[in-house]
Amino acid sequence: MSTRRPVNLTSARVPRGKVFVLPERCKGCRFCIDFCPKEVLVESEDSNAKGYRYPLLASGKEDGCIHCQYCTLVCPELAIFTEEDG
Amino acid sequence: MTPTKAAGASSHPLDSLFRADRLPHILCPGCGIGPAMQCYTQAMVESGIPLERQVCVSGIGCSGRVAGYVNIDSYHTTHGRAIPFALGVAVARPELRVTVFSGDGDLISIGGNHFMHSARRNVDLTVICINNFNYGMTGGQAGPTTPPGAKATTAPYGNAERPFNLPYLAAAVGATFVARWTALHVRQLKDTMVRALRKQGFSFIEILAPCPTGFGRPNDIGEGLDEMNRYRTRCVVNHKAPLHELDVDLREIEEPIVLGNFVDRDRPHYRPPMIQRSPAEEHGTAGDRWAAQRPAGMEGTE
Repeated sequence: MSTRRPVNLTSARVPRGKVFVLPERCKGCRFCIDFCPKEVLVESEDSNAKGYRYPLLASGKEDGCIHCQYCTLVCPELAIFTEEDG
Repeated sequence: MTPTKAAGASSHPLDSLFRADRLPHILCPGCGIGPAMQCYTQAMVESGIPLERQVCVSGIGCSGRVAGYVNIDSYHTTHGRAIPFALGVAVARPELRVTVFSGDGDLISIGGNHFMHSARRNVDLTVICINNFNYGMTGGQAGPTTPPGAKATTAPYGNAERPFNLPYLAAAVGATFVARWTALHVRQLKDTMVRALRKQGFSFIEILAPCPTGFGRPNDIGEGLDEMNRYRTRCVVNHKAPLHELDVDLREIEEPIVLGNFVDRDRPHYRPPMIQRSPAEEHGTAGDRWAAQRPAGMEGTE
């Protein structure tokens, strides 16, 4: 068992984020879904007007977003962003 | 349990940095230019340079479209001539920060000489080069970065030519800042762009980007997501990597792809002496731009 522990393990506060999706802009490239470090997103069953499947929040992971903003940067379509939530 | 719908929104916080009437853009699903463009717009803001003093110049190609999407002063030039145009802007208006955003075919093939000579002169430019290993917009032809053996519409039996190693080329011709990232490494890419925008002199950033339509499908790589997954498994960051070993071949699954900020050096940047003197100083005719060209003895004849 490793004896190394981060010194701020108990004091560090993990940010919580809220995910916003604009489904009509999505082109279904899945970058946000596959590269989310917390695997918060899944693909939808139904599609948007253009016929692409957009991201949804995975069941049980509704509060999983840590507001790292990776999806905001990697989305080519300006279709997803996060905001810090308390 | 079923997945829940994320909160909806009517606009995106970065919308103001884009020309909203131009969106959605024409790029294919899975294209790497989109993430690079997001990083560029965020870097524009984070660099601290006022947006009204930033200029984006691009050439022809899918990545040339970016100048039409970003909401700053921009110019979409003819094929390969993004750098000459940007050089003119940078030399005539040194208070502006000029960025060239274009593709490998435009910058390195058709505009190859302009690239070499503006790097040699060390013009105060930031050059962002999207490398997708082919000419994407015109239909997937083999270009100067297509790896040997890769299939393209003009190389159906595999490309027989040796490709450019872009960081090696840029460093050899004199760029003061040379970096390579991929469309997957968005955070590092954004930080590098901020650094390049703040740096004086010729800075060059190569961005490896998936082109599922032109390069991925004929070479059995697949969709943009599959190419991004190759970047995820194969990329290693080594800022001190020897530049001549930076060749990329996406089809060689075992070979690592080396990323990093390879070169950062300081050289005096290009300021032609003619432009440092004002016309008034030169000819004693402040405010009259054409005075010097008028033949002698013609004064007062208008």
